[in-house]
Amino acid sequence: MKYLSALAATLFALAIWQGIVTVTGLPKFILPGPALVAETWWQNRWLIAEHTRITAIEVVIGLFCGTVLGVVTALQLASSRAARVLVQPMLVFTQALPVFALAPLLTLWLGYGLWSKVAMAVLIIYFPITSSFFDGLMRTPAGYLDLARTMQASKRSVLWHIRIPAALPSLASGMRLAAVYAPIGAVIGEWVGSSQGLGYLMLLANGRAKTDLMFAAMLTLGVFSILLHLIVRRATARMAGEVR
Amino acid sequence: MTPAPDLTISGSASIAGVPLFAPLTLSLAAGQWTCLLGGSGVGKTTVLRLIAGLETGADFIGSITANDAQPVADRVAYMAQDDLLLPWATVAQNVSLGARLRGETVNQDRRERLIRRMRLQDHMSRKPSELSGGQRQRVALARTLMEDRPIVLLDEPFSALDARTRADMQDLAAEALQGRTVLLVTHDPAEAARLGQSIVVMTQAGLTSCQPPHAPAPRKVDDLETLETQGELLRMLREDAA
Ligand SMILES: Nc1ncnc2c1ncn2[C@@H]1O[C@H](COP(=O)(O)OP(=O)(O)O)[C@@H](O)[C@H]1O
Ligand SMILES: [Mg+2]
Repeated sequence: MKYLSALAATLFALAIWQGIVTVTGLPKFILPGPALVAETWWQNRWLIAEHTRITAIEVVIGLFCGTVLGVVTALQLASSRAARVLVQPMLVFTQALPVFALAPLLTLWLGYGLWSKVAMAVLIIYFPITSSFFDGLMRTPAGYLDLARTMQASKRSVLWHIRIPAALPSLASGMRLAAVYAPIGAVIGEWVGSSQGLGYLMLLANGRAKTDLMFAAMLTLGVFSILLHLIVRRATARMAGEVR
Repeated sequence: MTPAPDLTISGSASIAGVPLFAPLTLSLAAGQWTCLLGGSGVGKTTVLRLIAGLETGADFIGSITANDAQPVADRVAYMAQDDLLLPWATVAQNVSLGARLRGETVNQDRRERLIRRMRLQDHMSRKPSELSGGQRQRVALARTLMEDRPIVLLDEPFSALDARTRADMQDLAAEALQGRTVLLVTHDPAEAARLGQSIVVMTQAGLTSCQPPHAPAPRKVDDLETLETQGELLRMLREDAA
């Protein structure tokens, strides 16, 4: 049923797209139709696959590093008042900065290659991961803490046996959000400076008025993001308490 | 288990400067069930949490002492209306939570014996969400017994259960917690009349002791004297409200 409705929605969107192209008669370098994009996609499938591979590597490394960093930060914040007082305002401030504006700097510091894109993805997902896990750690049901107290549990073991497991569903929702954001980060990094990746390919195709290729790359990115989200969703189902 | 002590809590409490209860003295006899009965908001939970050494939001002036002069708060086991079972842990893991939290090795034999005693042996590796309300409260009771503390504090642990399950749980708890110093906080006159070896009614005016029925607890649900006591207790509660 879920797949059926997704399929129906896709077909509907394609129909509207084709309808607009037919009715307006726009030239194909402004708005190519779905059939043309599909054909271009097939002709360039190896090219697109290679650039997708690059972007995927950036995203996966970024997701991993961002999650580890976010989890460690949240644990530090949750277990030390001093860390909360010092670091929390800083975290909020960095959120107020447009992360995109940092992309040129990252390219300057880390070069044109993989790591400036990874850093961009990390920057974008770090906050959602940290804040969702931290919120979960701070919202342990009071009754559990009371019970642990009457059992003479140490702070450390309360954190390990109660607060962390109780916060895993929050971390799972942070990771699911991160899976959607990370590709955006990587692609922005690629736009600012790179010679590889789907973001680079989109920019290149756009510059040469190969709008059909631009669309093909963009849709590939979309499909990749959806797949990544589904994979992360599945991988975090146990954490979220959705399966036993 | 170390021997169960007499306990006395004596003092007054206020919340943000507003008195919650005037100076009062509540004595819990060693190895006996004391039922503290009262309407909601009168301060029963506050009294229990003070004894347990938990946050209350109230300022308490007074003392909580045991007749053996040992500290009180680290000898209590605590059970509340919410069963407080960890949803991610199995029945067996929940029962041995205390040992795991203290980093002690779990006494497997003892745990198994208690789980069997609570008739949960077929549910050992289930998660709490797969159990009924009564089963969950039995897991909570097994967890309380596993702690093997001389003082047991019960804050309306049965009030969310249906009448029949509640009566079963009362029997089970009365039998299992025999010999410990038990404080049962409740708003249910029937529960106090069935289980109290000493019954204290808490109202705005303070504490009033009430003569418990003669039959040994847990008393039969249709024991005449128990029903009379229940009526008497309800009358005392209603007089306070009037
Ligand atoms: N943490 C708290 N902060 C402020 N007020 C509280 C707190 N806990 C309880 N109270 C108030 O104290 C009064 C007594 O509460 P409680 O001891 O829970 O009563 P009972 O268990 O008899 O229903 C209530 O009016 C309640 O609103
Ligand atoms: Mg209460």
